[in-house]
Amino acid sequence: MRQRPGLGTALAVVAFLTFFLGPFCWQVLTSLWPDGELTRPWPSRLTLENYASVLWGRPFLRVVLNSLVVAALTTGFCLTVGAAAAFALAKLEFRGKGLLLSAALAVSMFPPIATVSPLYLILRAVGLRDSLVGLALPYATFALPLTLWVLTSFFRALPDELYRAARVDGCTPFQAFRQVLLPLAAPGLATTAILVFIFAWNEFLYALTFLSTPEKRTVPVAISLFASEYREPWGEIAAASVVATLPLVALTVLFQRRIVSGLTAGAVKE
Amino acid sequence: MSPRGSLERERRQAYLLVAPAVLVLGGVALYPILAAVWLSLHRFILVFGERRFTGLANYAYLLGDSRFWAALGNTAYFTAVAVTVELLLAVPLALLLQKAFPGRGLLRASVLVPWAIPTVVSARLWAWMFNPEYGVINRLLPGQDINWLGAPGYALHAAILVDVWKTTPFVALLVLAGLQGIPEDLYKAARVDGASPWRVFVSITLPLLKPALLLALLFRSLDAFRVFDAIYVLTEGGPANTTETLSIYAYKTLMRSGDFGYGSTLSVATFLCVVVLAAVWLRLLGREEAAR
Repeated sequence: MRQRPGLGTALAVVAFLTFFLGPFCWQVLTSLWPDGELTRPWPSRLTLENYASVLWGRPFLRVVLNSLVVAALTTGFCLTVGAAAAFALAKLEFRGKGLLLSAALAVSMFPPIATVSPLYLILRAVGLRDSLVGLALPYATFALPLTLWVLTSFFRALPDELYRAARVDGCTPFQAFRQVLLPLAAPGLATTAILVFIFAWNEFLYALTFLSTPEKRTVPVAISLFASEYREPWGEIAAASVVATLPLVALTVLFQRRIVSGLTAGAVKE
Repeated sequence: MSPRGSLERERRQAYLLVAPAVLVLGGVALYPILAAVWLSLHRFILVFGERRFTGLANYAYLLGDSRFWAALGNTAYFTAVAVTVELLLAVPLALLLQKAFPGRGLLRASVLVPWAIPTVVSARLWAWMFNPEYGVINRLLPGQDINWLGAPGYALHAAILVDVWKTTPFVALLVLAGLQGIPEDLYKAARVDGASPWRVFVSITLPLLKPALLLALLFRSLDAFRVFDAIYVLTEGGPANTTETLSIYAYKTLMRSGDFGYGSTLSVATFLCVVVLAAVWLRLLGREEAAR
């Protein structure tokens, strides 16, 4: 039923929009604020100087590239391992199915700090500490459970008849997965990829712990350690933050429906 | 091919398909947890290369460690207040998102913006707004001169505000999914009976929303309990350890002091708290399911 929006609705919308978007807009404004004018209540002009000094005066592009590499590795790895398992969980009968899904859910609730000390020692022992590949492995602790839950619910939504028809036509279960169901699950794979990518891009604790060389830092670590010798470079921090955030904001706004369906499929449905 | 052989083959292939996922989960989650428990039974200082088995000595120390109890208290307080405020904000937000009004698409897209921003970035963003001298918050509160992140009593609440800003949208989406599962007929019947909107909310929406709310409570409280990023960036646990949570204390012990034995003990303690919390919520959730 379509109603005329009342004054209450309008006020609530404005209040929520201000609360959720206001800080982000303030960040964008700060990034355009000329350095040295931050003490004034309002900038006299807007400038791109902060962006220039972040992008060319600091190794920030390198950091962005690192984050891209880690997030892409994590996404590729989790989708490869996760899609096969999710298909089996959704369409095949075997013992321990429920156990595996519950275990994945339990793992996604682990506090990351609980696994930090052994993972640090393992990565150090195999020479993968302070490496981007070594970082992508522990990222599977939270990304793989997410992948399994979201993809399993996508595979379940595909009709069973498709799988059975492929089997009758002489496909092995694996061929049915590769040739029939996987292509049909493409939207699910895309949703999962976006979610995993965002989670890996934003991860902080493992990146802070396992990476030590400044050139290997990821975006969150670099932004948290952004420092100047004599004062906090707020304008530059804001510019770096906008650079690190805009792609995600664009991705989120563009794929809003997918993200919402993925998040609620992973969290709500069984 | 006999149906029996076909089923057998299906099961074999199923195991092959899930094997990599099982191995990865075992390697990055199960094994590390067990290894952390083992490490917690040692005196193990990484820089000195000193490592010897001390049994439950670390746990005995933990029980008398006032800094641990303070961190536990901070974590519990952060979790309880943040999750309560998030639920209280998320329900009206979800009801709003469900209504049809011009600009709903814009609101739906914009509530996800804080969710997509890395926590570290949102913490930095708020730290700038909290800045005692030039921050926009003190400018909007004329006459106030609050050192938000530097004053005990304020800092933890500032961190809670950052968490609320970031995760209320996620809670609202869970609640919205719950709302959409409520049959429209119930509302029609209520309207025919002349029930007031408040009455409808209390007698229909809220009871039917209970499972979704409990689920949101489960997810969010486990998530809030392991809080690290926001607080590390905002205050690093200060001032005077008033914002130090379990994860922060464990991190400092592990990575700053290099004390892997006691640091692992603190990690295991954090893990156990999360397990207890999860068990309590799952029981409540199970009872709710059984009642339906």
